Amino acid sequence: MLYSTINRYFRLMRLVFLLFLLCSSEIASAQIAKPFETVTFDGYQIAVYDYNGLEPLLQTQSDTVFIIHFWATWCGPCVEEIPEIIKFNNAYINQKVKVILVSVDMRTKIKSALIPFLKKQDIEAKVIVISDPDMNRWIPLIDKKWEGTIPATLIFSKNQRQFYPHPFNFDELETEVKKFILP
Amino acid sequence: MKYIFSIFSLLVLSSFLYAQKSAGYQVGDYVEDFSLKNIDGRYVSLSTFPDTKGFIIIFTCNVCPYSIAYEDRITALNVEYNSQGFPVIAINPNDPEVQPGDSFEKMQERYKEKGFNFPYLIDEGQKVYPKFGAQRTPHVFILCRDNKGLKVEYIGTIDDNYEDASEVKTPYVENAVNALLSGKPVPLTYTKAIGCGIKVKK
Repeated sequence: MLYSTINRYFRLMRLVFLLFLLCSSEIASAQIAKPFETVTFDGYQIAVYDYNGLEPLLQTQSDTVFIIHFWATWCGPCVEEIPEIIKFNNAYINQKVKVILVSVDMRTKIKSALIPFLKKQDIEAKVIVISDPDMNRWIPLIDKKWEGTIPATLIFSKNQRQFYPHPFNFDELETEVKKFILP
Repeated sequence: MKYIFSIFSLLVLSSFLYAQKSAGYQVGDYVEDFSLKNIDGRYVSLSTFPDTKGFIIIFTCNVCPYSIAYEDRITALNVEYNSQGFPVIAINPNDPEVQPGDSFEKMQERYKEKGFNFPYLIDEGQKVYPKFGAQRTPHVFILCRDNKGLKVEYIGTIDDNYEDASEVKTPYVENAVNALLSGKPVPLTYTKAIGCGIKVKK
């Protein structure tokens, strides 16, 4: 009896500690996203982030709905899907919806593959690069069930958050985003 | 109070199970043998090497930038561990019609160019990779032999830095094989990574 009471007490303390950790990480991340490098080439400026630098972009206190789309130029299904995401971005450009294309292209390929691709496809949406080799750390921080396969999309607002480890077409993406837009 | 705890632990447990759930072999499963064509035209099975302590099975390919980034490290793994009883077997899971750069002929070319020192097999018909549950390239499965067969001991990525081998802090595969060689439990049995999705026949 005594043992189980003590045991319960310890479990409670562990929970309190966990909540404390969660709260303190909330405070720590309420900062501005910081790229560690900006690659300028052929009229484009691409900001490169590690996970810690990117993390502030993954939450909001505003009324905007964010669509964070993970992709790469070497990924066939991503390249097929990108026009749909761009079409969505153009359709919602005047609304409280913000699309950010997060490329996982290697840093060494920004000038040789990423920027030429953006130019060819005439992509004007915001494009940034995540370059953080310790993938086993940050992939689960984006979403626990993400295995790291791309394309993948994170949609979030002030109160909601959902992760989609699969491609979208325009209609599917619009349907999902509408669930986040407050009436 | 008790209720809250049980609900809380149930939630934790269920989210954990969900996160771990995926098709194919899990750590602790025993694998079935396979027979796949090597770049020299001969068929290779796990039973071709009955005296090994285990295997480092790596699903990889010619064209994926992550696979290319790891080519030299895969060769180095075989140099280090073949003699210690854990040879590397590489399997290209991609359909060459979808990804022409991963055809059997291109595999032969790449093998010669890079001087690979391990079997490089083609998953003709794409029957083997789904059994393993490989999802990307490169994707590693470490098998260890016991009296019941070949047991999966590690699933995941090679190390924690695809960009720069000299910056690696945790070599997951080396740590796992070293642990198995000294009879210790594998320190980390499951890791995630971005890689190229497997190109499936349309």
